[in-house]
Amino acid sequence: MGPFLDFNPFDNLLCILLGISFTVWFTLLLVFIIVPAIFGVSFGIRRLYMKTLLKIFEWATHRIERGAKDNNHLLYKPYSNAIIAKEPTSLEEEINEIRRRGSNRDLDSASEFEMSDIFYFCRRGVESIMDDEVTKRFSAEELESWNLLTRSNYNFQHISLRLTVLWGLGVVIRYGFLLPLRMKNFLSEQVHLMCYRICVRALTAIITYHDSENKPKNGGICVANHTSPIDVIILASDGCYAMVGQIHGGLMGVIQKSMVKACPHIWFERSEVKDRHLVAKRLSDHVEDTTKLPILIFPEGTCINNTSVMMFKKGSFEIGSTVYPVAIKYDPRFGDAFWNSSQFGMVNYLLRMMSSWAIVCSVWYLPPMTREEGEDAVKFASRVKAAIARQGGLVDLLWDGGLKRGKVKDTFKEEQQKLYSKMLVGTQEDRSRS
Amino acid sequence: MGSRASTLLREEEIEEIKKETGFSHSQITRLYSRFTSLDKGENGTLSREDFQRIPELAINPLGDRIINAFFPEGEDQVNFRGFMRTLAHFRPIEDNEKNKDPIASEPLNSRSNKLLFAFRLYDLDRDDKISRDELLQVLRMMVGVNISDEQLGSIADRTIQEADQNGDNSISFNEFIKVGNVYILYIDIDIDI
Repeated sequence: MGPFLDFNPFDNLLCILLGISFTVWFTLLLVFIIVPAIFGVSFGIRRLYMKTLLKIFEWATHRIERGAKDNNHLLYKPYSNAIIAKEPTSLEEEINEIRRRGSNRDLDSASEFEMSDIFYFCRRGVESIMDDEVTKRFSAEELESWNLLTRSNYNFQHISLRLTVLWGLGVVIRYGFLLPLRMKNFLSEQVHLMCYRICVRALTAIITYHDSENKPKNGGICVANHTSPIDVIILASDGCYAMVGQIHGGLMGVIQKSMVKACPHIWFERSEVKDRHLVAKRLSDHVEDTTKLPILIFPEGTCINNTSVMMFKKGSFEIGSTVYPVAIKYDPRFGDAFWNSSQFGMVNYLLRMMSSWAIVCSVWYLPPMTREEGEDAVKFASRVKAAIARQGGLVDLLWDGGLKRGKVKDTFKEEQQKLYSKMLVGTQEDRSRS
Repeated sequence: MGSRASTLLREEEIEEIKKETGFSHSQITRLYSRFTSLDKGENGTLSREDFQRIPELAINPLGDRIINAFFPEGEDQVNFRGFMRTLAHFRPIEDNEKNKDPIASEPLNSRSNKLLFAFRLYDLDRDDKISRDELLQVLRMMVGVNISDEQLGSIADRTIQEADQNGDNSISFNEFIKVGNVYILYIDIDIDI
């Protein structure tokens, strides 16, 4: 009986302590996260959190740079900046430039083929090997400053004890505290808008919405640049949309089915996606009914790493209703939101998202645009794309996002060949005339 | 992601490449970063498909020839050393290199090595002569289907006529130098790091 008597006081104390801490924790959770989310009110806590994080990151980067200098290592420079200054000249201008440099002949009797013409193609080719505009859009952006996530910096070696301790602490906080907290929140929501708002809180997403007077209205189409599935959560927490997309299997499919119950979304079977007329018909039916919610579409067709906007597929621009462009730009310092679907699956991606520091982004609602007289869908799509790129500070590219997975079409090469041939043949015609 | 950090270049390798190619420390690490991002298989070498994945290169009419120039005879993979060796041809000639010790081996980016690189784009069979057929092949690659065979043939004939000096109806390296020498500095690429 003796030992049991000895244990009891401690046991009781422990139980009481545990009980109290659980209650306190739960109340805090309720008060600070769930209740404000329901009412859409925010405390300044997240912004303060953001500012503190930034200061820590700056210090950490300084430490790494200093450490590298002391040990005479070279820092691994981030790759995303252009390393070659390419001037935007055309094929014809450049080849003429080469010929002009070498030739002291009178240029009116322009020569046709010169052996030096290959230098133009050769140089362009090697320049693109050293650095090209497209392939770097499909991998995560690399950062100049380190944000204590090993995954975003290749310079991480043991520099100083303090840095390692800080990193260790960061890991503990992120995986032991932020992640479970977020998972619990993520799994516990039911209602539509409230649930999206909780997601936003759960991911510690700090979103700044600009120009909300331009928010998409019923009967319109909302187009945005695509970086990750979180784009949907971000937009949907500020307004109701009808989603368009393919029915997926697995986790995504379950989520999609549950969403349909709340709001009339437009989901397609994989076989139906191929039939463009069917898709267009369903979309325009939905749009004509002005009681229905605006459709949310990502015309790039795939996730891009948020440094550029790639070609918009013209399908959504053919329907002929008002288009509400939205630009979404993530701040990469707090966690990389880009989903590289060829590298990570959905669950892996979610895990990474929930264990980063925060998701900080800006959303700009641009004024609505409609197709003008005589403008075809492709031109309209480029116009909208240019507006989004300009607002978000992204590079406007003509290349197709499909290049992430497929090869470039031969028609582009044929265009280059045609341009060059015109140079050769054009001069021949002049000759025969004179 | 983790594997990239573990295959960072070692200091000795960087020094060797620096001596061989003349690129600076920071240029080498930058180009290494580019090399690894192209290397989808993550095995430390690039194959022809890795190059062809670059859209701007895939649409270049001479794309295949340029890619070939990176691969030594009969091989299908190029490692980082080989990659840098080929890129070295495009490094601009600096003033302080012109007066270097003539006994030391010629730098990769010397005028005559640059010319040799360009010559080899034409001379596929490496017999040190550009025949009419080889010239036609390159012309055909550059113009596609837009010019007829006869027209192309006459362009080729005219070019050989102008350049050929010993009457063997093909262009040797020495003849090529006289034609190409003036333009050669055009292929220099300034890497701004």
